[in-house]
This record gives sequence, C-alpha cells and structure tokens, in this order.
Amino acid sequence: MVYQSQAVAKPYFIAALGLFAGQIVFGLIMGLQYVIGDFLFPYIPFNVARMVHTNLLIVWLLFGFMGATYYLVPEESETELYSPRLALILFWTFLVAGTLTILGYLMVPYAALAKLTGNDLLPTMGREFLEQPTLTKAGIVVVCLGFLFNIGMTLLKGRKTAISLILLGGLTGLALLFLFSFYNPTNLVLDKFFWWWVVHLWVEGVWELILGAILAFLLIKITGVDREVIEKWLYIIIAMTLITGIVGTGHHYFWIGTPEFWQWWGSIFSALEPVPFFMMVVFAFNMVNRRRRNHPNKAATLWALGTAVMAFLGAGVWGFMHTLSPVNYYTHGTQITAAHGHLSFFGAYVMIVLAMISYAMPLLRGHGATSGERSQRLEMLSFWLMTISMIAITLFLTGAGILQVFLQRMASAPMPFMDTQSQIALFYWLREGAGVFFLVGLVLYLASFFADRERVAAPV
Amino acid sequence: MKEKFTKTMARNIFLGGSLFFILLFLALTVGTVRALPQRDHRENITPIVALGKRVWEDNNCIGCHTLLGEGAYFAPELGNVYTRRGGANGGKEFIKGWIQSMPSGVTGRRQMPNFKLSEQELDAVAEFLKWTSEINSAKWPPNIEG
Ligand code: HEC
Ligand code: HEM
Ligand code: HEM
Ligand SMILES: [Fe+2]
Repeated sequence: MVYQSQAVAKPYFIAALGLFAGQIVFGLIMGLQYVIGDFLFPYIPFNVARMVHTNLLIVWLLFGFMGATYYLVPEESETELYSPRLALILFWTFLVAGTLTILGYLMVPYAALAKLTGNDLLPTMGREFLEQPTLTKAGIVVVCLGFLFNIGMTLLKGRKTAISLILLGGLTGLALLFLFSFYNPTNLVLDKFFWWWVVHLWVEGVWELILGAILAFLLIKITGVDREVIEKWLYIIIAMTLITGIVGTGHHYFWIGTPEFWQWWGSIFSALEPVPFFMMVVFAFNMVNRRRRNHPNKAATLWALGTAVMAFLGAGVWGFMHTLSPVNYYTHGTQITAAHGHLSFFGAYVMIVLAMISYAMPLLRGHGATSGERSQRLEMLSFWLMTISMIAITLFLTGAGILQVFLQRMASAPMPFMDTQSQIALFYWLREGAGVFFLVGLVLYLASFFADRERVAAPV
Repeated sequence: MKEKFTKTMARNIFLGGSLFFILLFLALTVGTVRALPQRDHRENITPIVALGKRVWEDNNCIGCHTLLGEGAYFAPELGNVYTRRGGANGGKEFIKGWIQSMPSGVTGRRQMPNFKLSEQELDAVAEFLKWTSEINSAKWPPNIEG
C-alpha cells in the first residue's frame, strides 16, 4: 500500500466476503430443496432463497469491484483518493440498504414487500436478478453515482493510465446499463428484450472491462512486466469482448418472441465470444512466464491465473456449448443453463475479486506482501477446494441437464417436468455434496485471515 | 505481438470496433421493435392482461418457474401452460384452480405457496398466461411439456 486512502478498500473487501458466505448458505438450502421439496417450507420458499442467493452474489461482487477500484485507482493515478470520507459514507449506505433488502425478502411475503415499498408507483420488481424494490434500485444508482464521482475526480487530478480509464469505463457502463432495470413495459416481449441489456451486457460486456483491468493491474504488480505490453494486450482483449459480445446479446433473442433473424446474428457473434476469454488465458500465462520478479504472494498469483482459466472454461467453453440456436432450442432454460451460470460467474467474477483480495489484504493490513506462510498455504488449499468443487457442481448440473433435455425435450414420449426432475435426483444429491465442499473451501479462505501475522519483507 | 503494433493502435481498434458494433446493435434493435407488433399480438394486451403481469411480478413467480425459458429451473415452464392444460377447453380454469389449491402438502414434493389471490387477480394471471402462450416464440418449446 502506497497511499493512505487505499485503506477504504478494506471494509469493502470484508463486507464482500461476509455476504459471499451468506450467498453460499442459501445456495445449499436451495440445493436441498431441489431434492427434499418441502425443506423449510413455508418459512423459506425456493424463490425467496433464490433471490437471496443471486442478489447477495451481485451485491458482494459490486462491493468487491468497488473495493478493488478504491485500492487500484490511487496507485495507478499516483495520488490520494479524492474523498475517502465519501467512500466510507457510501459503504455504509450500500451495506445498510443491501441488508435491509435481504431482510425484507426473508421476513415478509414478496407481494407485501412490493406493496410496502410502493412498487405500484414505478413497477420494477419481480424479474429475475432485478427483484430489488424500486427504492433499493434507486439507492444503488445513488451509490454508483457517488462512487463514479469519487473515482472520476481522483483520475482527473492524477496520472491517467489505460488500466484506470478502462476500469472507469467499465464501471460507468455498469451504472448506465443498470438504468434499464427501471424500464418495465407491460409488453412481456419488450420487457424481456431490454432486461438482457442489463444482464447480458453486464456479464458479457462492461463487467469484462472491469475484469480485464483488475487482471492487468494484478499482472503488472505480480510479474513486473512492462506496462506498455500489458496495456496493449488489455486493449485487444476488451476490443474483442465488445466486438463479439454486444451483438452476441442475440443468443438470448431466439425464443422470446423476437424475430428469427436473431438466430443468425446471435449464434454467429456469440460463438466468437470465447475468443477474448481465450486471449485472457494466453495473456496471463505469458506475462507470468516473462516475469521480471518472483512475487512472494503465491496465493494471489494462483487466483489470478485461475481466473483466466476458469473464466475461459465457464464462459467460453460452457457458454459455447449451448449458444448455437439449434442447440439452444433444446437446452434453453434447463440445468445446462444453471451449470454454465455457476461456472462462469465463479470463474470470471468471483475469482477476480478473490484474486484482488488475496493480493491487497496483506498490504492493507500492514503485513507486507503476504500474511505469512501458514496463511498462504491455507489460501492455496482453499483455492483448490473451491475451484474443484465448483467444477464438480458444474459437471453434475451438466449431467442433470443432458438427461433433462433428453427425457423432457427429445424423447419420443416426452416426460412431464416434475417426473423428469425425480428421475435426475441423484445428480442433485451429488451437486449438494460438492456444494458442502465448496463451503469448506470458503471457510478455509476466511480462516487464512486469522492464520498468522508473521511479516514478509517484499516489494510492494 | 510485434513492436510495430503499438498501444495506440490497439486502443483505436477498441474504440472503433466498439462504436461500430454498438451502432449495428442499435440498428438491429430498431428492426426488432418494428417487427414485434406482428409477433407479440399487443392488441390483445387488455387491462386485465396488464394486471396479470403485475400479479406475476408482485408474487415473484419467476423465482421458481421459467417463462419462455427464462427464470428459475425449479418448477414447470409456464409460457405454454395454458395450452398444456387444455387451451380454450379449460386452460384458464386449470390455472386458477391450480393456484388456489396450492400448496399440495405432499411430503418431500416441491412446494408452491398459496398467494391468497383475489378472484380478479386469479383471472388476471390466467389471462396473462393465455396471452403469453400466443406470442410467436419461433416454435419453442420443442414439445408441450415445455
Ligand atoms: C416457491 C416456488 C414457486 C413459486 C413462487 C410459484 N410456483 Fe407455481 N409451481 C411450483 C411447483 C414446485 C410446481 C409443480 C408442483 C407439483 O407438480 O406438485 C408449480 C406448478 C405451477 C403450475 C402448474 C404447471 C403445470 O404444468 O401443470 C402453475 C399454473 C403455476 N405453478 C403457476 C404459478 C404462478 C402463477 C405463480 C406466481 C403467482 C407461481 N406458480 C409461483 C412452484 C412455485
Ligand atoms: C463471464 C461471463 C458470463 C457469465 C457470468 C454468464 C452468465 C450467465 C447466466 C447467469 C445465464 C442465465 C441467465 C438466466 O437466468 O436466464 C446465462 C445464460 C446464457 N449464457 Fe452466459 N455467461 C457468460 C458468458 C457467456 C458466453 C461467453 C457465452 C457464449 C459463448 C454464453 C452463453 C449463454 C447462453 C446461450 C445463455 C442462455 C441459456 C439459455 O438459453 O437458457 N455466456 N449466462
Ligand atoms: C460462488 C459460488 C456460486 C455462484 C457464483 C452461484 C451463482 C448462481 C447463479 C448465477 C444462479 C442463477 C442461475 C441461473 O439462472 O442459471 C444460481 C442459482 C442457484 N445456485 Fe448458485 N452459485 C454459487 C454457489 C452455489 C452453491 C454452493 C450451491 C449449492 C450447492 C448453489 C445452488 C444454487 C441453486 C440450487 C440455484 C437455483 C437454480 C434454479 O434456478 O433452479 N449455488 N447460483
Ligand atoms: Fe449472454
């Protein structure tokens, strides 16, 4: 840590990890409800657990992105943050609003929450991932604006590097695209069409800019390779992201009432979307091989390389698997989608945030480059546990998905949905088992922060 | 990458490429919005259908079900439930009766809550699902089971 104000990143990282733990607990609850249908019913119906699981995911990733930005931008800009105070105020605002929203999901029926928060005035609730009350959505916009202002002002007064500009670009895009969550026409087809402008253009568009920028920053720090080289790579990767990913949105426009021409546009462009993810793998390994120093934080290096590989597997390979329209015709909305959703979110966004936390936390806590051998060992063990469990979850869901497609969609006498689900229950049990190992991995990760504090002198 | 290929060139590819594909995407969007009226039968979106969409959203049905293949994968697809359960011959009545009779209470079976909907809300959500089943979804789903 070079600049005092980078310290505001710490509460963001701690909150992110706390909410992450909550997300996984609800994942396990849902996993059990998949096989024991009345588990916790009527106290926590499946849809409530799902909202908590996915919304916690998004909120903690946002905390992670913001923390990463607060850490990264002063160092890149070579100046203190414009206002550390504003950063802390926004932190508490976001944390309180987020917590209240989650409590709302858990404590009152959703319809009552909608009524309580005036959903009738500007109805935006009740759509996947965008379940938050309109008030919470407005809160998110306010927090984003304050955050962008703070970062923008910092950049203005300091050095402007490609990394920080691309990061700010990605974050601005994130905020702007979120505005489409306020557009909820009565016409379901239009509603769905623009819903993807938030969801797809986030994860396969602007979030990839954020991912690329953080990865590039980490690679500079870890490998000491020349900035010019790294930033050139970064530009090419994000160019490919937007060239393929924007029109690639069409892979969601096959069967929702939109015209058939999307089957061509969507299939062709989204089939190219794995390219930037593949380039990220080549990029990360190349830079580490050309390293000019051996950074002592081996755990952070592992997470950074892991991000590139797992993002390519989850988004690139598992995305490609079902993205051509003739395939998607059969797999649309099945467990194949769930398998891909898990591996891609984990591989790309969970892992990049954990990579940043692993790199920055020892410095933020004044331990030097690492927090000592024992904590490094724990972190690396947790890396393997979480990563392998997530691969297992993905494989079990893929197995479930293939059988589901076959029994319910392709067989000569198609089986009803609920009957199909009981046929594939074994895979859901296996998924739940893998989920428990995932939780153990997460607990080890958290434990690494309490492991030991012996200092290691090293380059910052 | 060769030395002749500079960072500035990379940046220009990024800016130019993005701009071009944003514009292309906007053009395709305009084409879509123009073509939709023939496909979504918006003339049939009566106030009761509109209310039905609100009931659908206010009770977070999407948190368990898919609708035209999007949503959650815990419970049956509902984009075509109207046709699956009888269409003009009892589709609406089935949907209303189903919602009222939940939860099934069968031990170990996945449960759908009782939302305590009024008669008007029941009617509305059934009308909404009927309208949805009439959207031209390019012959998806592959069969009636959704
Ligand atoms: C907590 C999860 C959950 C929520 C929320 C939910 N459902 Fe369901 N729904 C189910 C399950 C599970 C089934 C299948 C139950 C069975 O077969 O025993 C089902 C079945 C149905 C069916 C019958 C489908 C068929 O093919 O026969 C209809 C219609 C339906 N739900 C409508 C709705 C509507 C409308 C809403 C919102 C007001 C809703 N559901 C909300 C879980 C849910
Ligand atoms: C990190 C990047 C990515 C993330 C986080 C991600 C995440 C997701 C999620 C969560 C869904 C489910 C959405 C829903 O609930 O309806 C989804 C759907 C889908 N994704 Fe991705 N994705 C990524 C990249 C990709 C890529 C690169 C491709 C193509 C090569 C792809 C292809 C698809 C397709 C075709 C669907 C639709 C599935 C269906 O029809 O049910 N994704 N993605
Ligand atoms: C970091 C780890 C995880 C991430 C990033 C994650 C992400 C997600 C996402 C994006 C969805 C929406 C799925 C979709 O629309 O395709 C989802 C749903 C779900 N997740 Fe997770 N999840 C994680 C861990 C877990 C774990 C450990 C379990 C349990 C074993 C779990 C169980 C579920 C279940 C059951 C659903 C609901 C799928 C459905 O709609 O039917 N998740 N998760
Ligand atoms: Fe997508």
